[in-house]
Amino acid sequence: MEEDQSPVAPAAAPPPRVYRHRLPTRLWHWINAATLLVMLMSGLMIFNAHPRLYWGQYGANYDQPWLSIGSKANRGYLRIAAVEIDTTGVLGRWTDANGATKTWAFPGWATIPTSYSLADGRRWHLFFAWVLAISLTLYMLWTAIGGHLRKDLHVRRPEWSPGHIWQDIKDHARLRFPTGEAAARYNILQKLSYIGVIFVLLPLMIATGLTMSPGMNAAAPWLLDLFGGRQSARSIHFILAWALVAFFLVHIAMVLLAGPVNELRSMLTGWFRLPADKPRVGENA
Amino acid sequence: MTGLILPRRELIVRAGGMAAALPLLAACDRVNEAPAVRKILSMGEEMNRASQRALTDRDALAPEYGRADLSPVFRANGTRLPEGADYPAHAANGFADWRVRVSGLVARPLSLSLADLRAMPQRRQITRHDCVEGWSAIAEWMGPQLRQVLAAAGVRDAARYIVFHCADRIGGAAYYESCDMVDALHPQTILAWALNGSVLPIANGAPLRLRIERQLGYKHAKYLTGIEAVASLEKVGAGKGGFWEDRIDYEWYAGI
Repeated sequence: MEEDQSPVAPAAAPPPRVYRHRLPTRLWHWINAATLLVMLMSGLMIFNAHPRLYWGQYGANYDQPWLSIGSKANRGYLRIAAVEIDTTGVLGRWTDANGATKTWAFPGWATIPTSYSLADGRRWHLFFAWVLAISLTLYMLWTAIGGHLRKDLHVRRPEWSPGHIWQDIKDHARLRFPTGEAAARYNILQKLSYIGVIFVLLPLMIATGLTMSPGMNAAAPWLLDLFGGRQSARSIHFILAWALVAFFLVHIAMVLLAGPVNELRSMLTGWFRLPADKPRVGENA
Repeated sequence: MTGLILPRRELIVRAGGMAAALPLLAACDRVNEAPAVRKILSMGEEMNRASQRALTDRDALAPEYGRADLSPVFRANGTRLPEGADYPAHAANGFADWRVRVSGLVARPLSLSLADLRAMPQRRQITRHDCVEGWSAIAEWMGPQLRQVLAAAGVRDAARYIVFHCADRIGGAAYYESCDMVDALHPQTILAWALNGSVLPIANGAPLRLRIERQLGYKHAKYLTGIEAVASLEKVGAGKGGFWEDRIDYEWYAGI
């Protein structure tokens, strides 16, 4: 960290490098990326076994789903409440790699395994659930004890001001990314989304997943009360999975816009090259 | 290595060959079919069983619901009418000659009629049935506790599992299931002959089905003909402890 501090002729100076991501962060990031991909794809396979979602304690074929994916009259559809969308080719009715028409909800390219197997989907899902839970627990502990939470993720008092948050939203919308020293730190939207994923979304995924376990319902019936029943937990689990997909898409977009090589290198080696400072009017140094 | 390949895998590899445009998908399926991968993934099931047994109360009751929570229609799944001539004949005379044999590692093998089972103390419970596919339905069940039947037969200490033999056959093979002694002796594990206050319908497993409330639906064996106490599951069926466990690798421990 120290080596880059020495003053060199400004014209020739490469942008200073900072050690931005410590090993546990990098390790967890990639384990988690792979785990969430497996969880999503095997989860879609499990969904295919009964592509209908309900609210409440029970829900089966004779009950009213709030979301369903299916096939009728040679068309695939996604139905949410009273709205029906034609999804032929993608959801409910699609063609597999061999040209055969299939009527499972999610297509083979999106599921693990690619052909229907609830047993195999559950195997992948329930094994990687352990990877997710153990790695998340260790990472949360390290985040709290190792100072990551206090130093990097903690939202400071001035950052909570609506003006500051609004400014950050505008900066993101205009794709105006921080430069120099400011780029070494997380901005407020980054902090909130990382805290949201690590401490809210992922724990809720695990809790709603456990609420679907009949063994856990006996051991911890309060989980059912918390989420309003097993079928509600299944619905929330599904919705939150797509919230994680949304986070992933925004995350990837931001990496690409902010400089994919630099960002990727910092998540692999830890070292981040600070983008050069471009003084802007009306901004404090 | 080729000696280890399952016939099923060959099929998938061939299908993958045709999908040359999507080599990644074929690669994914080869990973899924690799015996070593399947062995590692199956550790998840063992971890689920071990952790639920170790960390949770072994006698904890599955949630029981009120009459207002009953599913309007209780969905039937799996076999809806057992094949062959025997079963319809039993149904025609109201299952009067139906017998459930209690055998294996017991001091007193039994052959119980429905009247014998109905003469025992009954447990009535409104519980949620959770299918492995993801749906749930709530219904009221009634019947004697399995532990009373096992006590009457005098289960020996060597017994570690209870196997449930069924009258329905799927693709020519008899359905069966099994559980460990924790679930066999659990207060909510009953031999149900009534559903929602009426005699159990044929589609739901008449005249007798297992309710094993802390596990998924495929464990709830229907059309019960035999209860067998065993020390090991190795010699039962193909050795994995259940019809679907033997055929498509459903987990034997279905508490999750």
